[in-house]
Amino acid sequence: MTRTTTIAAAVLSAAVALTLAACSSGSTGAPATSAAPAATETAAALEGSITVFAAASLKSTFTELADEFEAANPGVTVELNFAGSSDLVTQITEGAPADVFASADEKNMAKLTDGGLIEADAPVDFATNVLTIAVPPGNPAGIAAFSDLAKPEVKTVICAAQVPCGSATVTVEEATGVTLTPVSEESSVTDVLGKVTSGEADAGLVYVTDVIAAGDAVEGIEFPESGEAVNTYPIAPVTASANAEIAQAFIDFVTGSTGQGVLSAAGFGKP
Amino acid sequence: MSSRSSDTYAGVPGWVVTLAIIGAGFVLLPLIAMATRVNWGEFIPLVTSESSVAALWLSLRTSLTATALCVLLGVPMAVVLARTEFWGQKILRSLVLLPLVLPPVVGGIALLYTFGRRGLLGQSFEALGITIAFSTTAVVLAQTFVALPFLVLSLEGALRTVGTRYEAVGATLGARPTTVLRRITLPLVLPALISGAVLSFARALGEFGATLTFAGSLQGVTRTLPLEIYLQRETDPDAAVALSLVLVVVAVIVVAIAHQAGEADGFRLRRTAP
Repeated sequence: MTRTTTIAAAVLSAAVALTLAACSSGSTGAPATSAAPAATETAAALEGSITVFAAASLKSTFTELADEFEAANPGVTVELNFAGSSDLVTQITEGAPADVFASADEKNMAKLTDGGLIEADAPVDFATNVLTIAVPPGNPAGIAAFSDLAKPEVKTVICAAQVPCGSATVTVEEATGVTLTPVSEESSVTDVLGKVTSGEADAGLVYVTDVIAAGDAVEGIEFPESGEAVNTYPIAPVTASANAEIAQAFIDFVTGSTGQGVLSAAGFGKP
Repeated sequence: MSSRSSDTYAGVPGWVVTLAIIGAGFVLLPLIAMATRVNWGEFIPLVTSESSVAALWLSLRTSLTATALCVLLGVPMAVVLARTEFWGQKILRSLVLLPLVLPPVVGGIALLYTFGRRGLLGQSFEALGITIAFSTTAVVLAQTFVALPFLVLSLEGALRTVGTRYEAVGATLGARPTTVLRRITLPLVLPALISGAVLSFARALGEFGATLTFAGSLQGVTRTLPLEIYLQRETDPDAAVALSLVLVVVAVIVVAIAHQAGEADGFRLRRTAP
């Protein structure tokens, strides 16, 4: 996926560069020689490539944002690596070349600031996410409220307490006093969603953004208690980055109006 | 096995030995690297925690059940494939071995569409009051699905190698097909059957993708050791590494025991068969 993104990004940035070149030289007939003026014109702008490590739940938004960032900054290539936040932390700790880290929770970001891989004051919150109930289309089990998930005949799937969506689930359980007896505790939101879309489970607890991204495959049922566990997404440049300038520019882009627009369209809340 | 009794024969070129050593290092170094990361001071508490023990016990139980199922279904499959000819046999053989090359997650999705609540067979099961999804049965089914080809493949090869000579003699002496199978065919291929069963067990023990997709993950019910390791890694890398080592040790012990058993049987057969 990353490779496809990279290739697509390369093609896109090449196309943008050519277009710019054509404009600046005022000639559309000689693309081979027009590359030089383009280079001089964008010399003051950013140039190079960064690798962004982002939480799996940011896949569609960050893919879109990276494309737009590249379009706005020809000469810059953004490579994306999506995985669970704790996987990404492990990868960065083990020396993976990341320039920017966007985490799905503050806990995983703290692991890197504690480890000295990211400056303590560098992380900026850029989005929030809350849990919602996902049910198969038609809501066969007739779920209407959070407490319905605790009914013995309802097959509920949640995230295990070890992962961010699971600790949010525990927080909601504690706040509401409802104890769930899930048929499965999955290790990622994707797995929970998979059990719901396939109809194996009657209900699953996932993030609002997952339900929006899943389209018609699931229905979302919001519950007021979800406000008890708001998940905050921080983003920060990795200290060891060789392209700190581009890394910071990307972070500014994500926290800026374009980034916030894309994120809120996907269901993320403001930090 | 026979090469062990003869001395090392002089014909192995040096570069082959060199490559073999590199190959062995490639397999062994990661295991050593893992062992160096184990937090030995905490090792015992980590692997004896409630969730670890539950996962290990579940893994052993389900893998043994899956191996039994593999033998029960795989032996007849291998015999039919090796000893009969019918139209479409080659295609059938390739299809039966498909789980070998299929990514386990794909296997899990296929099982879901078969035995799941809305699956091909699952709907009938549901009507009978049998629910497979999220149960230990689902774990066993996933493990059997991915492990079965290992048994069929090794047994079918052995059946073809030993040929039908003894079976034919037995039949001319009046033995019925079941007697021939029980008294001649199976004893002849017993070492292959054992090694095939061990391979199946090892594959079942390591099964992850299909289980995660098809069975879910709940302590004591469907969360096998590989799933527990995957989950522990999120918060407690020390526990994950410790459990990984346990899984490796269990696998090594099982393979060693079965290898011994297989060799002993093979030796006995070789002496008595002619």
